[in-house]
Amino acid sequence: MSQENIQLPEDLLQEVGRQIAKFPEGMQKSALLSVLHIAQAHFGHLSEPVMDYVARLLHILPIEVYEVATFYSMYDTVPVGKVKLEVCRTGPCMIEGAEKIVSYIENKLGIKDGETTADGMFTLKTVECLGACGYAPMLQAGEKFHEHLTEAKVDELIEQYRNNPKANYLGL
Amino acid sequence: MDRKLLLEHIGVEGIHTHDVYRKQGGYKAVEKALKSMSPDDIVEEVKKSGLRGRGGAGFPTGMKWSFIAKPEGVPRHFLCNADESEPGTFKDRYLMEKIPHLLIEGMILSSYALGCNQSYIYIRGEYMYVLQILEKAIAEAYANGWLGKNIKGSGFDLDLAVTTGAGAYICGEETALIESLEGKRGNPRIKPPFPAVKGLWGRPTVVNNVETIAAVVPIVNEGGDAYAQFGIGRSTGTKLISASGNINKPGVYEINMGITVEEFIYSDTYCGGMKNGKKLKACVPGGSSVPILPHYLVCKTAAGEDRLMSYESLSDGGFATGSMLGSGGFIVYDEDQCIVRNTWNFSRFYHHESCGQCSPCREGTGWMEKVLHRLEYGHGKMEDIDLLWDIQRKIEGNTICPLGDAAAWPVAAAIRHFREEFEWHVNEPKLCVTKNYGLVTEKKFEPVNA
Amino acid sequence: MSETNPKFKVTIDGVEVEVDPGTTILNAARLIGGDVVPPAMCYYSSLQGSGGKCRTCLVEVSKGSEKDPRPMPKLVVSCSTPIMDGMEVKNKSSEKVMDARAGVVEMLLINHPLDCPICDQAGECDLQNLAYEHGKSTTRYEFERRTFDKVDIGEYIKLHMTRCILCYRCVYTANQLTDQREHGILNRGDAAEIGTFIEKNLKNEFIGNVIDVCPVGALTDKTFRFRSRVWYTKPMDAHRDCKCCSGKAVVWMIGDEVARVTARKDQYGEVKEFICNECRFEKKEKSDWTIEGPRHIDRNSVISANHYEVEAPAHTPLLNKA
Repeated sequence: MSQENIQLPEDLLQEVGRQIAKFPEGMQKSALLSVLHIAQAHFGHLSEPVMDYVARLLHILPIEVYEVATFYSMYDTVPVGKVKLEVCRTGPCMIEGAEKIVSYIENKLGIKDGETTADGMFTLKTVECLGACGYAPMLQAGEKFHEHLTEAKVDELIEQYRNNPKANYLGL
Repeated sequence: MDRKLLLEHIGVEGIHTHDVYRKQGGYKAVEKALKSMSPDDIVEEVKKSGLRGRGGAGFPTGMKWSFIAKPEGVPRHFLCNADESEPGTFKDRYLMEKIPHLLIEGMILSSYALGCNQSYIYIRGEYMYVLQILEKAIAEAYANGWLGKNIKGSGFDLDLAVTTGAGAYICGEETALIESLEGKRGNPRIKPPFPAVKGLWGRPTVVNNVETIAAVVPIVNEGGDAYAQFGIGRSTGTKLISASGNINKPGVYEINMGITVEEFIYSDTYCGGMKNGKKLKACVPGGSSVPILPHYLVCKTAAGEDRLMSYESLSDGGFATGSMLGSGGFIVYDEDQCIVRNTWNFSRFYHHESCGQCSPCREGTGWMEKVLHRLEYGHGKMEDIDLLWDIQRKIEGNTICPLGDAAAWPVAAAIRHFREEFEWHVNEPKLCVTKNYGLVTEKKFEPVNA
Repeated sequence: MSETNPKFKVTIDGVEVEVDPGTTILNAARLIGGDVVPPAMCYYSSLQGSGGKCRTCLVEVSKGSEKDPRPMPKLVVSCSTPIMDGMEVKNKSSEKVMDARAGVVEMLLINHPLDCPICDQAGECDLQNLAYEHGKSTTRYEFERRTFDKVDIGEYIKLHMTRCILCYRCVYTANQLTDQREHGILNRGDAAEIGTFIEKNLKNEFIGNVIDVCPVGALTDKTFRFRSRVWYTKPMDAHRDCKCCSGKAVVWMIGDEVARVTARKDQYGEVKEFICNECRFEKKEKSDWTIEGPRHIDRNSVISANHYEVEAPAHTPLLNKA
C-alpha cells in the first residue's frame, strides 16, 4: 500500500474526530489507542504507512505510534485473516477445556496458533484472560464473545464466519 | 440481610436503558446529592460506609478520596478503572453490560464529591461491545440532563466519556492506566508522585474500580451508616464475586460480606456445589494473583474457624495459611486439576503481561514460566522447586508495581501448599504428563524454605 | 529542623548528611560518597524521567522520618525516593538490600550474552562492574538466551540490542536533546527492545550522546568499534571551538592518534555537558583538539590501571595494540 492510498473514509474520519473531542485541547494523543482500533478495523492491520498516517492525524511522532502499537496485544502490525479467532487460554478457561478447543480449531483449519489459513479467512490466536471465566471455554471474534464453547459450536461459528466474515471491531 | 445493593434490579427487563433504570429509582442519588449535599458530605458518607476498593487492593475509598490535591486553578480528574483483566474476574463486565447507568450514576456522584468536571471510564479494549453499551447509556444520560453543563440546575458541570485500552493487563494498575489514557505504553509510573497529586496530564487524579464507583450510589441513597450495616467488621457492604472453575453454577453473585465460604461454594443460592460430585482440591478466592488455598484451608482457617467471605477472614493466617479477597475472582479446582499446570498457566499469563520496564519482573516472570513448563512436562529437577521459590522471592516487593507481587504470590503459594505435587512431577516424569496427582493430603502447615 | 535551617538530616549506613528537602536518597548518598552510594544503572541525573526501572539502587529505609519513625515495609528505589527529615537508610549495611541487589543482577544477566571479551564497553561497563561486585560466578539460568540482530541506527551508531538492559536512558536522551525522537521502546515484557521499528538512520546532531549514556555495550561508536580495548587507550581532557556544542570532550588516544571522542563523565559515569556528533565522530585528528591533560577516571579501575596519568615508559607492552 503506498502512502497516497492511506486514507480513512469520511465517516471514520468523523469517528476519529469524535474520539479526539473527548479530550481537552492539546491532549489529542489520548485518542491514540481508539484511533489505532479504527485504523486497524479499516485497513486490516497496522502497517508502517498506516501508523505514520495515524501519527499525522494526531500530530504526534511516528515512533510514538510504533511504541504503542507494539505494546498492546490487540494490535496487529502484520497481516492477519479476515476473522481472528482469539481463544482464551488462561486459568479457568484451561480448566474447562480451552486447550482442546484450540487443538480442535487447529485441526479443523489446518493452522497452528498464530497462523492464518491459506485463503486469508481465519487467524487463530490464543489470548490471555478475556473476563469470561464463568462461561468458559470461550473465544472472541471481532467484538463478539462466544462462550460455553463445544466442538459443535466451533463448527457452527466457523461456518457462520466463513459465509459472513464480518468480525471486526467497531462493527466495521 | 440478603438484600442486594448493586444488582437489586438486575432482573428487570430493559434495566440497561435510562427510562427503566430511572423508574426503578435510578439517579435518585444524584438528585439527592446535588440538591442537599456538599461534595464533602459525600466524601464523609463514603468514609462512614467503610467502603474499600473493589479492584483488588481493598484500600479505603474515603481515605483515597481525601488524598486528592486541590491546587487553585488546576482541573482534577476522576477515572473509572474498567480494565478488568485479572484472571477469574468478570464482575465489572457483568455490571456494565447489564446496568450501565449504575456506573454512570456513581461516576457523577464521585466526580461531584471530588470536584472533577471531566471524567473518563477506561475500559479494556476487548470489551468493545460493552463500550458501545456504555456510550449509548452516556448519550441517554446527557439527553436526560444528568451530564453536561449545570446538571439539573445545580451549577455542577460534568463531561463523561469512555475510552479504551487495547490488550494489556498492566493497565489495571492505576498509573499504567493513566499512561495508557494519555495515549502511551502502559508502563506504570514510579511513585511518588502519586496520582492524587500528579495523575492524568499531570493533574490531581483519582482512579477507582467499576464496582467501587457503583457502590457510591447506595451509599448516597441510604447513607454511609446504613451501608456499613451490611457486611462484617471492616468488610462492610456487599461484594460482587465472580465464580468460576469446577462448580455447578459459575457466574457473578452479589454477596453480603461475612457469609461463609462453605455456604458460597455449596449452597444453591451461589455456586451450587462441586460439579459432577467431585471433591474440592483447592481454591483461588480473589483472582489469579492471590495465594491458592488447599482444600483444608478453604472453608476453615488454620485455627479451625469458619472461613468467611470477607477481607479479613480470607487473609486470616497471612500468606502462610490464608489468602486474599482480592478482586473477588473465585476459582474453584476439583480433584482432577493439576496444580503445577495451573501455576504454569498463571505464570505464562504474568510473563505475557509484564510491561518490561523493571528488571525483576521483566526477566523473572519469563524465567518462572520456563521452569514451571519444564516441571509440568516431566523435564524438571528437584532443585527447580527451590529455584522457583528463590526467583519469586527476588521479584516480590522489588518491582515498580504490584504485577511483580501478583506473579510471585501464586508460585509461592503453590509450592507452599502443594510441594509434594511438584516433587511428584519430578519423580514421575512420564506419569505426570498423562495423569494428575489428585488430592493433596491434609497436613499441618510447615513453612517451606522459610 | 529549625526555621533558619530548612535542611533535612538523613543517615545512610550510619553516615549523617544534611540535604535540601526534595533530594533523593541516591543523591544524598552521592553527597557522602564512597561505599554508601548505591549503584544506578538507569537513573541519570540530567535525564528527566529516568530512574526507578533497573532496581539496582534499592535500599532499606529502617526509619521513615523523625515524625514517623516506622520503617518502610518494602525496599525502595533510592534514585526516586525523596528523603524525609530524620530518615535512616541502609545500603551496604542491609542484608536484605544485598540479597535483593544480587537478585537484580542475576535477572539482568540471565538474558545478557556475557560477551565481555569482544564487547567494546568492557572496562567501562556499569553492568560488568555491578556483576563483579554483586553477581555470582555461575548462572542458574539454563534456557536459551534472548538474542537480537545487530543493527546500524545511523552512520555512526551500532545497536546491539542483545546486550541492552532496557534502562530507557537513550530514549530520554533523544527526547531531551532532539525534537524529533526516532527511536523508542518497542514490544513489551522480555520481548521489549530499543528500536526504530523500520530501518531508520538517527540523524540528529546530538544523537551520538546515546552512546555515552548507555550503561552497557548496546550502543557503540562505529568509528571506534573493535579498534582497541578501552584500557589500552589514554583518555585526555581536550577542547575545541565548536559552533554546535561546548566542544569540551575527552579524547581517547592510542599513541598520537585520536581513537575516539566522548563527552566528559563524572565519577558516577554521568555526562554533564553533551557533545555534538561532529566533535564525537568527525574530529579524529590530534590537531583538531587542544589537549588539556590526562582525564582522571576513578570509577573504572581497569582504565586507571593503565597508568596513563603518568608518562608511560616507551616499552609498555599494553599500549598501542591497535
